Amino acid sequence: MSDSAPAHDHHDHRPTGWRRWVYSTNHKDIGTMYLVLAMVAAIIGSGASMAIRAELHQPGIQFFTDHQFYNVLVTAHGFIMVFFVVMPALIGGFGNWFIPLMIGTPDMAFPRMNNISFWLTAAGLILLIFAGLVDGGAGTGWTMYPPLSSADYHPGMAVDFGILALHLAGAASILGAINFITTIVNMRAHGMTFHRMPLFIWAMLLTAVLLLLAIPVLAGALTMMLTDRNFGTAFFSPAGGGDPILWQHLFWFFGHPEVYIMIIPAFGIVSEIVSTFSKKPIFGYLGMAYAMSAIGVVGFVVWAHHMYTAGFNVETRAYFTLATMVIAVPTGVKIFSWLATMWGGSIKFDTPMLYAMGFIFLFVVGGVTGVTLSNAGADMAFHDTYFVVAHFHYVLSISAVFAMYAGFYYWLGKMSGKRYPEWLGRLQFWVTFIGVNLLFFPQHFAGMAGMPRRIPDYPDAFAGWNMISSWGAYVSALGGILFFFMLYKTLASKETVEGNQWGSGATTLEWTVASPAPFHTHEETPTVKPEQKH
Amino acid sequence: MIKQNKEIKFQSTDMGLPEVRNRNRNGMTAVILFALVAGMVGLSFAADPLYRIFCKVTGYAGTTRVAVAAPTSKIIDQMITVRFDANVNKSLPWRFKPVQNKIKVRLGEQALAFYEATNVSDQPIVGTAVFNVAPFKVGEYFNKIECFCFTEQLLKPGQTLQMPVTFFVDPSIVEDRNSLDVRTITLSYTFFASEDQSEVQKIQTSQAFAKEQASILSSREVVPKG
Repeated sequence: MSDSAPAHDHHDHRPTGWRRWVYSTNHKDIGTMYLVLAMVAAIIGSGASMAIRAELHQPGIQFFTDHQFYNVLVTAHGFIMVFFVVMPALIGGFGNWFIPLMIGTPDMAFPRMNNISFWLTAAGLILLIFAGLVDGGAGTGWTMYPPLSSADYHPGMAVDFGILALHLAGAASILGAINFITTIVNMRAHGMTFHRMPLFIWAMLLTAVLLLLAIPVLAGALTMMLTDRNFGTAFFSPAGGGDPILWQHLFWFFGHPEVYIMIIPAFGIVSEIVSTFSKKPIFGYLGMAYAMSAIGVVGFVVWAHHMYTAGFNVETRAYFTLATMVIAVPTGVKIFSWLATMWGGSIKFDTPMLYAMGFIFLFVVGGVTGVTLSNAGADMAFHDTYFVVAHFHYVLSISAVFAMYAGFYYWLGKMSGKRYPEWLGRLQFWVTFIGVNLLFFPQHFAGMAGMPRRIPDYPDAFAGWNMISSWGAYVSALGGILFFFMLYKTLASKETVEGNQWGSGATTLEWTVASPAPFHTHEETPTVKPEQKH
Repeated sequence: MIKQNKEIKFQSTDMGLPEVRNRNRNGMTAVILFALVAGMVGLSFAADPLYRIFCKVTGYAGTTRVAVAAPTSKIIDQMITVRFDANVNKSLPWRFKPVQNKIKVRLGEQALAFYEATNVSDQPIVGTAVFNVAPFKVGEYFNKIECFCFTEQLLKPGQTLQMPVTFFVDPSIVEDRNSLDVRTITLSYTFFASEDQSEVQKIQTSQAFAKEQASILSSREVVPKG
């Protein structure tokens, strides 16, 4: 603000054209850009998965005579979905949009750092696409285990591009997490104590903490791999006294918290939606908040359950089995609290609620197979089969995607000011719900029968389940197309929504501002009364 | 509406203080969080030496122990079979095999076995062997007193070298209920080309030097005779 005109309202200044987006420091615009980035990446990532399912539609090789290309597709699908779809949408998108709105602050603590976070993520996506296109592509799988990812087996630049892509995405996540924590810790509305924060805010705070603790470990491991590949160090190469298993430890020390980084924001979104559409405050609010915290803490001491076959002694396996199973307790607390919130509620089955309930169902299915897999003994047989693929797609991919859809339908009115066509939303839900279950449920059976993952061909015995699975993939893709059609219909429609489109159940602060949320909101810090707590 | 906002804005800048305080607090929070990130990066690099120490101390992943000598008093009359396994990394042009396939030893008794390596290339090469024992759980009971794997090995073109390993199996293996079923231990080595080939260069320069000396000597010898 210039000194000569102290009353000049610079907040009314609103950059236009490309400057508004490229130089943006506005949390809502940055949130929108993250959501658009996630949609673009989702189209690429799902394209890869459709190609994979088309290849696996029948036994034998359909399209990819170059098997390295199949590996590249699997790798690209994993990386893009994890780092450039789920994380940008749930954390960057909804986090940026709704943390300031829900805690009653005008913007993030460090708006310019927020801009850097977004553009680093975008640059990371571009590097990752390079990784798929140069020198035969990176066909390492998203876990990048050496020696496959070493210079011996991936001599080109592809893996290096992949490493740098993850470095950028990781740096972006770390900066974003610092921003989120600072904002949530220091800038909440008057009267909004930690124990009165909406559960979505709790979820984002915990996610940010997990990011801060996990991503630097990935960054360290990636740097070691980069120097192993290019500068003659031997962290993971036995020839120089290193050990490839060390990579697995470092990767999964990051990787297991990473799966909670993807699902805890989903917990937050689902909690808001279940409460809103049941017209009841969430059941067991504090239990929910501390269940998420417990999941985050225990998530750091279970990493070796991803590597039971690496040759641990029996005590180590017993510990990791136990610690992993313990996570089912706080997760169960969450599931039952959602059910108890709905119990006796005045439930309205609008699309966000359908997606939230779909999330709960899918997460329970994935959680049950997770407990199965946590057994070191059973996992010896299940390791690297389609049973694992089915498990982690139920918990991560489709649960997280359902939470993304749920949040999008829930907040679309707030973000765009337009009302989505309810019939189209519900149709899109049912098509997607049937599609994903057709897609992933049969993979349990194929995996139980021993079908290995990451291989483009399989024995005829698995043909039936694979064909059903592939048809499920096409139905899910139809759901995705319907989503974009719904988005177009909504943005093109003239039907607007009021500030609080969901009525008395929606009690959080974002519903106190107009829809679409004005460029600047909460310029006067709101006050939260004790009885208003979520 | 807008007018109202203006007034509020004006008031808040007028008071100013809480905003400044908030900004300082934000900076402090960010500094703490950045320190946390730096700490985690540091820890991830510390993992490399810590992991090595952990394996050495616990015998994890079949990491064997090093001992000065076998404790002669503790030999017990129970036999265990030790099998020998040899592998060569594909980038090292060596032949490598155990001289004996297996031996039977008493628990606690010191034993001697030999491996044989041949350099089949026309260049001197330095190799390093990495090793472990299977099953992994007996790593902490397998003690090596002397081993060719403790140092790097240099083989000249065509040279064959017999390399000893002296070891004993700790008798306390019988007190561990997890290893009661173990009747056979496999000791395995894999030879890699060393990353550090400086020894080869030393030889080559000294050989070249010797050749030069020899030619000088011979020419000298020739001259007086001629």
